Order: sequence, then C-alpha cells, then structure tokens
Amino acid sequence: MSDRIFGLFGLALAGFYFWATSIIPDSFMVDVVGPRAFPYIVGTVLAICSLYILLRPDAEPDWPSLRNFIEIIFATAVMFLYAWALSRIGFVIATVFATFYLTWRLGSKPLGALITGVATSAGIYVVFHLILGLSLAKGPLGF
Amino acid sequence: MDIFSNLADGFAVAFTAKHLLLALLGCFLGTLMGALPGLGPANGVAILIPIAFTLGLGPVASLILLTSVYYGAMYGGRISSILLNIPGDEPAMMTCLDGYPMAQQGKAGEALALSGIASFVGSFFATWGLVLIAPQLVKIALLFGPAEYFALFTMAFATLGGVTASNQAKSALAAALGLGIAMIGSDSQTGSERFTFGHIHLYDGIDFLIAIVGLFAISEVLIFIEHHRGGSAAQSGAAKIGKLMPDFRTLTRSYGTMIRSTIIGFLSGVLPGAGASLGSFLSYSVEKNTLDREGKTFGKGDPRGIIAPECGNNAAAGGALVPMLSLGVPGSGTTAVLLAVLLQLNITPGPLLFRNNPDIVWGLIAALFIANFMLLALNLPMVGLFTRVLLVPTRILMPVVAMISFVGIYGLTGSTFDVMLMVGFGFAGWLLRKLGIPLVPVILGILLGNEMEVNMRRALQISDGDWSILLGSPLAIGIWAIAVAGFVLPIFFGKKVKKQMQAEHSEEEVEEVVKGGD
Repeated sequence: MSDRIFGLFGLALAGFYFWATSIIPDSFMVDVVGPRAFPYIVGTVLAICSLYILLRPDAEPDWPSLRNFIEIIFATAVMFLYAWALSRIGFVIATVFATFYLTWRLGSKPLGALITGVATSAGIYVVFHLILGLSLAKGPLGF
Repeated sequence: MDIFSNLADGFAVAFTAKHLLLALLGCFLGTLMGALPGLGPANGVAILIPIAFTLGLGPVASLILLTSVYYGAMYGGRISSILLNIPGDEPAMMTCLDGYPMAQQGKAGEALALSGIASFVGSFFATWGLVLIAPQLVKIALLFGPAEYFALFTMAFATLGGVTASNQAKSALAAALGLGIAMIGSDSQTGSERFTFGHIHLYDGIDFLIAIVGLFAISEVLIFIEHHRGGSAAQSGAAKIGKLMPDFRTLTRSYGTMIRSTIIGFLSGVLPGAGASLGSFLSYSVEKNTLDREGKTFGKGDPRGIIAPECGNNAAAGGALVPMLSLGVPGSGTTAVLLAVLLQLNITPGPLLFRNNPDIVWGLIAALFIANFMLLALNLPMVGLFTRVLLVPTRILMPVVAMISFVGIYGLTGSTFDVMLMVGFGFAGWLLRKLGIPLVPVILGILLGNEMEVNMRRALQISDGDWSILLGSPLAIGIWAIAVAGFVLPIFFGKKVKKQMQAEHSEEEVEEVVKGGD
C-alpha cells in the first residue's frame, strides 16, 4: 500500500515536473537542445519508475507506531525551529535547547539532558568558534 | 619512471607539518567514526566537508584531512564488529562472522591486531594499485568525448545499486530525483531560470552539501529517535580486549589469504557497481570456499575469516578511488561524498586533474600512504582508546552529530533558509529510507546532474541535433552495454546474491544495511 501511494505521489511529481519544465523561458542564448530537453528526460524516467512502483509494489515497510511517528515529526519540527531561531537568539542559547530536546527524547533524564545541552553548546562554541575561528550565529547577546 | 618522480613530488607536498597533523587528525576522527555504529564513512566525511571548507583549508589540506577520515573509517568499522557483533559500518559486516566468536573466546585483542594488520596490507597495496592503474585509465579517458561521458554517467547510475540491488525501479527513481534537483537554478548553457519560481534562494541551485548532510546525517538522527536507541553500544565489560599481540605464526600462515583478498577487494573497488561491501563479501566467500569447504572453522573464530574481509574492504576503499579520480565517476556512497569534496573545492576530477594539478593528485596519494602508516600505529597499540568510545551512549552522541552538522552548514551558507532546507532533506531522507529507496543515487544525481546534462548538450551540439551521436562510437556503445548489463543483471541475480549474504549473516542488519547503501 505504501508503495502504491508513493507511486501515485511520484506520478504527480513527474506531472508537476513536466509542467514546470514546459514553462522554462528561453533566453537570448540558444543551443541546439535547449534548456528543456534534459529535464523532460528526467521527468520521463521519474514517471516510468513511479508507474512501475505503483503497479508492482514491494512488501509493506515496517512503519513506526503512531507514537514513534509523532516523535519523528516533533524532532523534525524542533530542528526546523532551531534553524529559525539560530539567527534570532544566537547559537549558544538555541543549541542548549535543541540538544536538550534531542538528548531527552533519546532517553536521558531531563536534568542529564540539560547538562548535556549546556556542555555541547559550550563545547562546540569553544572548539569551533574560539579555537578554530568558525563564525557561528550571533544573537542579541553577542553569542 | 614517471610515476615515481610524480610520487616523490607528492611526498614533498604531503610532508609538511600542517599536512601531517591534518592526516593524523583525519585518521583519528575517521577511526572514531568508523567504530561508532551509525556514523559510517559517508556520514563522517559529509559532516566534515563544510567545516573543512569554512575553516579555509586549501584544496590539498582539505583533501588530505577528508581522505584520511575515509581510510580511517574503513579501519574503524571492524572494532565494533569484533567486540559487539555490530558492524560499525556496512563493509565491516563480514568481519562480525569470525571476529565476534574470537572475542567470545577471549581473543579480542588478537582479532583486533590481526584485522588491523590485514587492513593495512589491503589498503597499502590498493594504494599502490591506485598509483599504477589510475594514470593508465587517464590515458583511456583522454579518448572520451561528450557522448562517451554522457554514457559513462548513465553507467554510473545504472550500476550503482550493484548486484545486491533489490528493486531497480527504486534505484532509478532515486537517480531521477537527484538529477531533477540538480536542474534547479539557472541553466549553465543559456542562463534560463529553471524551477526557481522566482524564489531568490533557488537561483544558484541547491547546494549539494546541504542535501548530503541532510540526507545522511540528519536522517540518521531521526532513525535513532524512531527506535529510541539511546543506550551505549557497549556494556562496560565488553570493552575488555585481552592481549594485543598478533600471533606471528598465524600471520605467516595466512599470506595467501591476504594476497587473494587484496586482489579481489581492489578489483571490486575499481569495477562499477561493486564497492567495499561486495569486496569484503567476495573475499570472505572465496577464502571460505578454498580453505574450509566443510565449514569446520570459518564462522567459529578462524583468524583467516577476519583477515579476508578486512583486507578486502580496505583494498576496495583504495580501488574505489581509481574511477573517482581518473574519470570523476564514483562507484559508491562514500566515494560520491569524496567527489563532493572535490567539487566543493572547484576541482573537476578526470584526466585534466592529472595534467593540470599533479600536485593535488600526487599529494593526495602520498597522504594516503602516510595515513596508512599512521592508522597502523593508531590501531595497534591504541586500539583500547577507540574501544572506550563505544561506551559513549548514543543519546549524547547523536545530538552532538546533529549540532555539528548545523554548525557546518550554517557556517558555509549563513542562511536560515539553507539550514531549514537541510532539515527538510533529513526528513525526506528518513521517509525514502523507510520506503526502501536508496539515498546514494539521489546524492550522485545532485552531484553529477549538471555535468551529465552539459555533456549531452555538447554531444548534440557537435552532431547538430542528431541523437544517434550518443551511440556514435564503439567506445560509447561498449559503455552503454555495460550500463544495460549492470542495470538488468541484478534483476535476475540480485535476490540470489543477497540471499547468500543473508545466509552467512542471518541478522536483520543485512536488510537495513543493504537499503542504506554504502
């Protein structure tokens, strides 16, 4: 079933890709093939493979339970949020929280996770910024 | 001899304090990453590329650091195979078979020492193979025109899954996804905007490093979260290794094993679609069939059962550099990541690299020799240090890995959009892995997409739009034939080979590992 859904998704993606290819504007420079030929080939391969997967699906993969799936979604969301927060509150604070969350969800006790968060954040700051001179995201506090 | 004077120049490049230090650091980090389950060579190198680049290391220095990591990871993979029966990376899978039984008999130290020496032998001679064969392949590559290159890239995709590919439609789909992503941005030939939808972040295309780090490192973190694998890989008792001295009689008795395994491994590294995992699998099977037909000692702690796969996979790691450096076509996930290193440094591998930048090529090769000796030194007396790393719980390790990935990508691009894109790739990578769609073709597609298209367009430019030029020379037809064979044969034989691998190692890791690619 999963493969059939993915096959449908692939077909839709291929359709979208064809449409997006068809609207690629020509420029004043031209070559024999033009900018659309190769994307059309890629789209065709995508469509054929999706059709095959749709018609001949593999055995069902083992999906995580709903609870674990929510874990994945949350972890992804936290990382998105981290990316957004980096340039706003700075590397050090954002990293403490992101590391805390991931460590906690991987099974540390909250206090241990917080210590790991602080240690990771400070460790990376010292090694990569102070010693190696890499530029990290700066927040309003300057770190 | 031309080669030797080149090599001497290479050693002159590599023998500076800075480069030696970087090689040592790379070997150390590589062994560490190889030893830790969940952080293979591809992951390790991927995370370090943006950091090496942001630190402003020059091309030679970055390459020395990152290829030392690559060689180091190949050494490190055996440690957890032997001590814990968990392969540290995919090619080390076969080392579990005899390594773990030896460890259970209290001979862990001996197994580690023997496998360290075997790794050294395999990669030392494979590096010589690289020295001797790569320049010859370059001479052939000089005959290639755009049509042949286009065929060659197609062949790389067709054979990437190797003989163990379970579903070729999924491999091809993965390649198409990668190629499709590579098309985003302005067209290199005419300047037309493609698939950008007026979004300014997309004008330059999607940086392949963002995709690589997202697909490999971030998706790995998500896999760990899904399974709540937060504990440490080893219990504190398991890191006991006993005496470290290799038994010299065993060593002298097994020189035949070493020679055979090195040759088999090297060839599987060079040939398209084989790679290190197949190298170690073939070496092990051949040794088992020649030395132990009745199955009396192999699989029960025979030292030769460790020497064979370790020689094989390290030789394959060296062999895989041959097509990567001389043709620019990687044959496995890890070498694809090394290709990313070159592209990031604006170095186009292939014949021109050997002609225009001999200092880079030969400096790199000299560094590989040096790294090999360093690795031998690191892995014999200091192996206890690395076994202790296995005690670090992954609930601490994986978040650190994630944060370092973020640091690297943010340092490289300084853009919130790109960092979010990386997380997006991470989630997509997790989903694709679940669906059994290999990630390596996606990466390779993103890396090679533009080059592939440019070669196709150049060929058609030459023929003034006649598509038959793509099959216009015997060389091109030969490459297409290999591509078709490489794509079609696994459909008939793939299941059989995989079944054999599983019979040897009847744990679910095979499935997991084969899905993940090397």
